Amino acid sequence: MQIYLPIAEVSVNAFLLLGVGGLVGVLSGMFGVGGGFLITPLLFFIGIPPAVAVATSVNQIVASSFSALLAHLKRKTVDMRMGSVLLAGGLAGSLLGVQVFNMLRALGQVDLLVNLSYVVLLGIVGFLMLIESVNAIRRSRKGTLITRHKHNWVHNLPMKIKFRKSGLYISVIPPLLVGLLVGVLSAIMGVGGGFLMVPAMIYLLGMPTKVVIGTSLFQIIFVTAFTTMLHAVTNNTVDIVLAVLLLVGGVIGAQIGTRIGLKMKAEQLRILLAGLVLLVCGKLALDLLLMPSELYSLGRGDGN
Amino acid sequence: MILRLLILLTLCALPVRAEEVVAGLSQRQISISTNFDGSEILIFGAIKRQQAIDYSTELGVIITVSGPDEALTVRRKEKVGPIWVNVDALGVQSAPTLYAVSTSAPISELVSEDTDLLHRISVRSAIFAGMADQGVDGDAFTEALIRIRTESKRYQMNEGAVELTSDTLFNTSVSLPANLVEGNYAVRFLLLRDKQVISQYETVIFVRKVGMERFLHALAYEQPYLYGLLSLFIAIAAGWGASAVFRYVRN
Repeated sequence: MQIYLPIAEVSVNAFLLLGVGGLVGVLSGMFGVGGGFLITPLLFFIGIPPAVAVATSVNQIVASSFSALLAHLKRKTVDMRMGSVLLAGGLAGSLLGVQVFNMLRALGQVDLLVNLSYVVLLGIVGFLMLIESVNAIRRSRKGTLITRHKHNWVHNLPMKIKFRKSGLYISVIPPLLVGLLVGVLSAIMGVGGGFLMVPAMIYLLGMPTKVVIGTSLFQIIFVTAFTTMLHAVTNNTVDIVLAVLLLVGGVIGAQIGTRIGLKMKAEQLRILLAGLVLLVCGKLALDLLLMPSELYSLGRGDGN
Repeated sequence: MILRLLILLTLCALPVRAEEVVAGLSQRQISISTNFDGSEILIFGAIKRQQAIDYSTELGVIITVSGPDEALTVRRKEKVGPIWVNVDALGVQSAPTLYAVSTSAPISELVSEDTDLLHRISVRSAIFAGMADQGVDGDAFTEALIRIRTESKRYQMNEGAVELTSDTLFNTSVSLPANLVEGNYAVRFLLLRDKQVISQYETVIFVRKVGMERFLHALAYEQPYLYGLLSLFIAIAAGWGASAVFRYVRN
């Protein structure tokens, strides 16, 4: 069934969009990632104009994350205080990111930079996660204890706050910076930023894995909602029909994903997420490395 | 005085219109609704004349349909180190979003190059490219633009698609792709003899979004804050709704 999208101004298959939304929803529920890093390239591939794809996928992340967050709130696996600190950093980062994005646009190389930042970030994060989870599984096989509360430089910074739910007493500076970085990336890359925030919370802040997912969802919802408003007001690129189709698939998928995630071991989850991140990274890297079938591309007249 | 004389002379020099195009369309308005999946318009007409048919030269009909013009940038990739990067670009001042040419015979037999340029008949002459930078092959960029848009059926060259009966009646159909842009689409009818345009007629098809498409598009541009909030509201309601439904199903 073909459907015409009013803002994107293209006609696409409705079931295809439902399927894409559903797939991303399952992943979002399982891993606590918004799935933007997956849905945005998929929408490009279907033929949605990039600006609309980025803005709409951000809006879609709000929906799938909200449904997943509710499931986590019920299980009390959200650290509100940590979430609020991350959020404060995230909102500032989103504003900053929009400035950076507009600057890159003026330089005329925004596509390349977005693509490169995807490849570099996904590559590093995926690789680190893979190594860490393989090590963790090896350790647990040997029967040695996993020491999560490693003391590193993070614990020596001032302005310490007690995060009871996470069992942490650390400075607010690292979570603020993590939030800021994620906010910048969400505005530039059109993603929620969970793929970066989840490992940062585990490895840098030392949060227990069970609260990490719910807490990152909490931050993602508000930052993506803010970014949606920025896109809708400044660029008019949020396509509500596209968003509805994606989120119908997405919210159902998220519920299924959350249940799958709870049944799996944390290390298994991490290894799967790492594999997925590396897969998307590899696909995007190939696009940059292989000779494209069409060397020319069309852009809008204002230099974008 | 001299100017007036010149005008008078030119007027006298113009031949009396021997043959004229009278034309019609199957629809004047195309509505883009939610299930819009492209459209096919039938174009037909007749050639009105006062005298007997002139068989000394061949009669040709060309019909062009062109969508609203837009400015765009064409970029070219080149390998820089290990990766493919946009290296140069050509700014195109004006190119139609849609351009379909239908002819009654191969176009090279119907028009001369001058006629083509004068009346902007072929796709190539309908595009106004900007000045290319030093060392940039501007033609390769316009060719690429035409190639990309031809693949997506936005630019069409339907040679021989116009059926001309007894040198008097003609008809053709043009299929418009699903990714139509809203606006006024000009339909031109050109009557040709001896590679020259002897008669011309132009009409318009209105392409408009209707119903929900129109409402949402207008809302997004005129009330962006409200539109943004509506998007978020739908997102959160859907997220919450799904959660509630699943809870209910499980209990």
